[in-house]
Amino acid sequence: MTATDSGHPAFGMRPPSESQPGQASHAGHAEPEKLELLPDDATVDLDSERRASGIDPLLTALDQDLIGLLPVKTRIREIAALLLVDGQRARFGLSASRPNLHMCFTGSPGTGKTTVALRMAELLKRLGYLARGHLVAVTRDDLVGQYVGHTAPKTREVIKRAMGGVLFIDEAYYLYRAENERDYGQEAIEILLQFMENQRDNLVVILAGYKDRMDTFFQSNPGMSSRIAHHIDFPDYPLDELTQIGELIVSDQGYRLSEPASQTFRDYLELRQAQPRFANARSVRNAVERARLRHANRLADSGARLSKDDLMRLEPEDFLASRVFTDGSPADSTRRGR
Amino acid sequence: MRITQGTFSYLPELTDEEIAQQIQYALDNGWPLSVEFTDDPHPRNNYWDMWGLPMFDLLDAAGVLHEVNECRRAYPEHYIRINAYDARFGRQTTALSFIVNRPAEEPGFRLDRHEAADRQVRYTTHAYAADRPAGMRYAPPA
Repeated sequence: MTATDSGHPAFGMRPPSESQPGQASHAGHAEPEKLELLPDDATVDLDSERRASGIDPLLTALDQDLIGLLPVKTRIREIAALLLVDGQRARFGLSASRPNLHMCFTGSPGTGKTTVALRMAELLKRLGYLARGHLVAVTRDDLVGQYVGHTAPKTREVIKRAMGGVLFIDEAYYLYRAENERDYGQEAIEILLQFMENQRDNLVVILAGYKDRMDTFFQSNPGMSSRIAHHIDFPDYPLDELTQIGELIVSDQGYRLSEPASQTFRDYLELRQAQPRFANARSVRNAVERARLRHANRLADSGARLSKDDLMRLEPEDFLASRVFTDGSPADSTRRGR
Repeated sequence: MRITQGTFSYLPELTDEEIAQQIQYALDNGWPLSVEFTDDPHPRNNYWDMWGLPMFDLLDAAGVLHEVNECRRAYPEHYIRINAYDARFGRQTTALSFIVNRPAEEPGFRLDRHEAADRQVRYTTHAYAADRPAGMRYAPPA
């Protein structure tokens, strides 16, 4: 709210000379905070701009908290650099079209697609690309209606909720069902495409799913494929990285692995990795959760007085009790989320 | 005759940017917004037509502004307003309501005097636009 010359608050009113009431004055008046263009011979300091935007802590955290995922991190750094440079170009009046940032994350379960999407939303907010930087995670159920005329309003409502942030569509390939041509998913895709094109300033759409199924999805929806600029593949974690992830989870929860337990844990991961329905980091987390259960049970049964170290230390037997070691068949264990 | 109504009735027309800021203010307060339209300019016409359902759980003004623009496209010659509801008191209370679109030509009102018994006079405001059927009251500009 600006103050008039007389010192009274103006309540947002403009001086009468500027525009008469009754005239539609949609012409738009110059905002005082609008940045003036820099002269051609000026220079900008990218480093200080970078610090001011506060993306460095975010990128560092990304490096530290997420093990591996090198191609993903590289791409995120590239996007951050592009937006930063674009911001500086705009100060010289060099206009470039707003970069298209719709993305597709492909990879096996538990490779960190949702986690990266969350951080991407925050990053884009810091870089000034998105106004809010929140993440709205949805699946087919949230977008596709159940009867004629239900899908369009439902999809629009979800998209409006995601505006200013990131719309994350998990298992996006379910939107299209090739076997049923009257499926309402197609309608949701069309509305989504329309918003992806027209509301590019306010919305970033990230599709996620298995690689092969997403490829089939894009084959049947070429329009979707061409509107997505960044196809990022999340590789499976090798054993070393899984072990690191496990250690990170363990220490985050205030536990530690005893010397022999580290080896056992590694053996466990090696066996588990070879089994079907291995969900990368998610399986690691579950393994740690179950080790905690056994650890607690072991302590409760022992009846001895416990030191702080006892409460923190995971021993090999906490892992060895797992069915991965005993029978090697995951048939019954997968059903219980092992 | 420029018809005014609602929170910013004393101001000139808001630009889209200003509208977005007001929407954002409402959203930041946790007020769901709705878009309504009508072509009956009478001041006692409280019940406008709803453009879609009220929008809950939005965070950014862009979503509401999108609906406003959709409504403008469908009804360029109607009055369109935005309402923000404050549900804190356990009932739908209009916290903010303002016009975001109006017809290009607003013919205004005629004053009718109805002479009743005992030299009483009753007054009626009659909108010239209301002479035409609903939906055709404000012709699109030629």
